[in-house]
Amino acid sequence: MIIELGHFALILALPLALIQATVPLWGAERRHAGMMALGDLTALAQFALIALAFATLVNAYITSDFSVLNVAENSSSAKPLIYKISGVWGNHEGSMMLWVLILTLFGAAVAWFGDNLPAPLKARVLAVQAMIGAGFFLFILFTSDPFQRLADPPLEGNGLNPVLQDPGLAFHPPMLYLGYVGFAVAFAFAVAALIEGKVDAAWARWVRPWTLAAWCALTIGIAMGSWWAYYTLGWGGWWFWDPVENASFMPWLVGTALLHSAIVVEKRDALKGWTVLLAILTFSLSLIGTFLVRSGVLTSVHAFALDPRRGLFILVLLAVAIGGSLLLYAVRAPALAGGGLFAPISREGALVLNNVLLTTGAATVFIGTLYPLFLDAVGGPKLSVGYPFFDRTFVPIMVPLLLAVAVGPFLGWKRGDLRGALERLWIAFGLALALGAIALYLSQGGPILAVGGLMLAAWVGFGAITEWVGRTRLSWRRALHLPRAAHGMTLAHLGLAVTVAGIAASAWQVERIAVMHPGDNIAIGGYTLHLDRLSGLDTPSYHAERADIRVTAGDRAITVMHPEKRHYPLEQMTRGETAIRTTFLADLYLALGDDDGKGGATIRAYWKPLVPWIWIGAVFMALGGVLSLSDRRFRVGVARRAAPASAVTEAGE
Amino acid sequence: MRFFLLLLAILLATLTPPARAVEPNEMLKNPALEARARAISRELRCLVCQNESIDDSNADLAHDLRLLLRQRLAAGDTDRQAIDFIVARYGDFVLLQPPVEPATYLLWFGPAALLIVAAASAAIFVNRRNRTLREPAPLSAEEKRRLDTLLDERY
Repeated sequence: MIIELGHFALILALPLALIQATVPLWGAERRHAGMMALGDLTALAQFALIALAFATLVNAYITSDFSVLNVAENSSSAKPLIYKISGVWGNHEGSMMLWVLILTLFGAAVAWFGDNLPAPLKARVLAVQAMIGAGFFLFILFTSDPFQRLADPPLEGNGLNPVLQDPGLAFHPPMLYLGYVGFAVAFAFAVAALIEGKVDAAWARWVRPWTLAAWCALTIGIAMGSWWAYYTLGWGGWWFWDPVENASFMPWLVGTALLHSAIVVEKRDALKGWTVLLAILTFSLSLIGTFLVRSGVLTSVHAFALDPRRGLFILVLLAVAIGGSLLLYAVRAPALAGGGLFAPISREGALVLNNVLLTTGAATVFIGTLYPLFLDAVGGPKLSVGYPFFDRTFVPIMVPLLLAVAVGPFLGWKRGDLRGALERLWIAFGLALALGAIALYLSQGGPILAVGGLMLAAWVGFGAITEWVGRTRLSWRRALHLPRAAHGMTLAHLGLAVTVAGIAASAWQVERIAVMHPGDNIAIGGYTLHLDRLSGLDTPSYHAERADIRVTAGDRAITVMHPEKRHYPLEQMTRGETAIRTTFLADLYLALGDDDGKGGATIRAYWKPLVPWIWIGAVFMALGGVLSLSDRRFRVGVARRAAPASAVTEAGE
Repeated sequence: MRFFLLLLAILLATLTPPARAVEPNEMLKNPALEARARAISRELRCLVCQNESIDDSNADLAHDLRLLLRQRLAAGDTDRQAIDFIVARYGDFVLLQPPVEPATYLLWFGPAALLIVAAASAAIFVNRRNRTLREPAPLSAEEKRRLDTLLDERY
């Protein structure tokens, strides 16, 4: 009965969304206060309904109600509670429910906290939001209904894919969706601005926090996915240029561009049309990402043929959302002529360069990801586009970006002094060179590109520090007077440097793969690994084989590590549980392979220098975003009051 | 639903087989030959997996391909010959790095072309605005002094 209540709530949300998509829009046109205000009410009601629907689904999972098809297919009664809950979004139908839950939550947030928005803008934003919502409600109701009952319920469910039974992966999809859906708000603002024909500094000031928040969540979401791959897959790969990863990376790249171009709109009233276009593109890529991952089209275009209804619906929805907004853009954008003028060498110019490189990078990922599908669809040869392609195309585009990241913040608005900027960066340049020389000497004919990557990272990092020191002159008083957004930028750029260093250094990893018997030892990365024991371990969910590996360095005992290989009988799957010891400068990474039938087993050991920096850097970036988000001028209600003063206080930034 | 079942089936296929990535017993005695085999197998795709090289994959097929590749190398094939041998049997799909041929010109040269177009458009855009940029008159001594005092007061 309860699950039907959820189904009913979802059905009820649809007409509400349709009302919200039309009435406030019309009201904004006629300047009718009542019609515009209706949007607030429906947004809050929609959120309440979807929250109820989602809660009934979660309840069905927690109580293991196998009369619900979705629960029977994706859960089992023996799972720990956290994986019963995360199982809700571990499948297509449930993940769509999570998507609309976040969408309506953000819609309600705009309605609730958006008092300082001009009423027509708010009404139009909510209307656009409701259009997206309506599309998704229809999609769920007609093709991906998680509320279906089974005529004869099974006694036990099929279980959750063991790969998904992991804390890292349990929260990976919600973070990604927070990002995707946050960009939906930026999109709604962009489309509303196109309808109004007005984009100004105030508009950018409302869009920036949403974009920043979405970007932070997406950054963390992507990092979590990558970290999960690292510790799960048994050999420590952290990025595969897999279509599923690319689907989240593209909105991140364009979202990063949007974040930067919105600054120009806010501060200098320029790049308006371009910023609106970026907002549209970011969300379009988020939509494509959501659907590509869940529809199976990435495995093969022919997967569409299995369930043409769902595929067709997705295509129509994408066509309407993306095509419609781009059409609107083509018609209305010419009216958005920008005000602020600037010379090519200026802060604005640097941000344009940032945008050119980031969007080209995103386009490269887009081409590489979809080219096999495209060729297949036009009857061409079957191709794989794997990491070698992206290494050769995407990475070269990022090199100039990294070179420019350090310089950009030193350039003044309107007209910058490139020579002056470079002169202030000579210490960073010297440090990067010195580090490169040391790395070159230490790696002794090792991978030369990694040395280059490390130098780039040092350039970006020391550049960010130089800029921060120049602003604060290491005085607390000065540092406290700086806007938080300035510290946020330093932290985010520093994070980028840390991540790049981690990526570059991964070329120096050491690998040892050997069959070991108890009593054997191998040496790696300055450690000696002693295999003491191989044993079995039983838990309700799985049976594990487990190795006790003692790690020593010289005579010093360091630790004991336990890589496992787990077999899940219900799901009929085997997966490894790696053991990792990190010093934050390097990871010792162990995975247990097959036994050799003679009392020994394959041990894979890796020593991976700086690898944790990849994710530490991502956390820095996200924290930088949060710090910017806490900036005084983004706080609720501040936007209007702060406007006159900001012209003076921010001129020096 | 059938989509997801299909996906699950593919996942199952890639996850259940016993062999795990490259195994010690697969490796060649000759370290130089083994290093070549490792390098090549990182460039070859495991055909039943999602975007994994045969060096990383746990699937049976990847295991067979690793052995096949090592047989060819041990028999005296050059890297090129060994790769061609496998491509002849499995098609270009097995290559993680797609070949440069007319069907892939758009793929390989698209990004560079886009970069040029994007950079050129941005340059034209900035220049066109720049042409209308008017230099404001330089600050007078009095204005400079006022600016300095304002800036000093800020901190």
